[in-house]
Amino acid sequence: MKKIVVLDYGLGNVRSVRNALHAIGAQADITRDKTVIDQSDGMIVPGVGAFPHGMECLEKFGLVQQIKAYIESGRQVLGICLGMQLLFQKSTEFKLTEGLGLISGSVERIPVLPNEGRLPHIAWSTICPTNIGSETLFYGLPESELRFYFVHSFAAYQVPKENVSATVKYLGHDIVAAAQHGNVWGTQFHPEKSGSNGLQVLKNFVNRCNLLE
Amino acid sequence: MRTIARLDVKNEFVIKGIHLEGLRKVGDPNLLARMYYEAGIDEIIFVDAVASLYNRNNLFSVIRKASEEVFVPITIGGGLRTLSDVELALDSGADKVAINTSAVRDPNFITEVAKRYGSQCVVASVQAKRSGAGWEAYIETGREKTGLSVLEWVKCLQDLGAGELLLTSVDQEGTKTGFDIRLVKEVNESVSIPVILSGGYGLPKHLDELFKVTEPSGLCFASVLHYRAVSVEELKRTVNTALAKQSL
Repeated sequence: MKKIVVLDYGLGNVRSVRNALHAIGAQADITRDKTVIDQSDGMIVPGVGAFPHGMECLEKFGLVQQIKAYIESGRQVLGICLGMQLLFQKSTEFKLTEGLGLISGSVERIPVLPNEGRLPHIAWSTICPTNIGSETLFYGLPESELRFYFVHSFAAYQVPKENVSATVKYLGHDIVAAAQHGNVWGTQFHPEKSGSNGLQVLKNFVNRCNLLE
Repeated sequence: MRTIARLDVKNEFVIKGIHLEGLRKVGDPNLLARMYYEAGIDEIIFVDAVASLYNRNNLFSVIRKASEEVFVPITIGGGLRTLSDVELALDSGADKVAINTSAVRDPNFITEVAKRYGSQCVVASVQAKRSGAGWEAYIETGREKTGLSVLEWVKCLQDLGAGELLLTSVDQEGTKTGFDIRLVKEVNESVSIPVILSGGYGLPKHLDELFKVTEPSGLCFASVLHYRAVSVEELKRTVNTALAKQSL
């Protein structure tokens, strides 16, 4: 059984992520304990809320270096929602804040005009993956029903094309729905709250973890 | 458009009444939640129908179980009074909390919850009852007047930090006779956060009538689902068909 750590940095729906991992038969520990993290096969960085607060919490618990070292060790990391946004270089939410800088890009408010519709983007939206091969998060999904649950007002921009693994349209605006750079993965949507599609995405991620084992 | 199942829970049963009163038992909350999830519901809202009245919070164990087998967003409402109530609710596996009575008694409560857990997790619940030319906000499951005008109150809730509104039309609730369309339109125009509408659906034509005038961000269904009048699949299809008609 693959051991996945759900990073506990005081933010977000850690229990939901753990429950979803249990449902797909993975072992999941909610933790920020270095020993537990060191012994795991993969890491999920969950998170809801504002970017500056997210970075503050990571720093407070000394997790910035731990995440970076984890990635350098070659293991897989998946960021979800705010957890994905933290992977990028910076964000303009409230104030300019530096991110983890693991994927190129900047997190900015979706430029929705008042007459176009509402923010946050809270909806089940149909994503468009760039690749659905067995090495991606989108393997084995029903192609006609690629709906996932989104809750966000900010999104990643200026992401190199090769790092965008799925897009989604909201009120005519193209949004990065998922990104990847090597062993660093991110989904703007919540796979743990996206029904069977979401569970399949998590399963694909877990399958990528510690392949050498 | 999100299709949401609303489960009002009293003790260990899902109950359903008319105008939030005259309640009948309709089933086990966890069984119903799992059934709706497996059928493809977009979201589930559990409302503790008595917590506000009797100061009990027995829904947490239901939520705990639901979050282990239902992988769509879960909202809990009813009787959440303090930050530690909210913490317990989220810790049990809820993604959002719906707050009504406590917001009326202390509007800052909305701000406190939003600051600590983010606006995305704060659903301001508003029970609207027709009053003169407008609507008055009610608390305690539609029993107690607040003196607040719904259209003013919803703006205030948005400014306080609510991420979504759960708008229940007490007049239409449980009647299956259609929505209070003017209410939805005016609330939708008063705020820029998503509005979830609860109360009134009975027939597909009610959706056509609603969408012709205004589109909420989500629709809550209770009676029609609990009494097996329609399946989740059928309901989602009906909603999508009605939406598609508008964009033609």
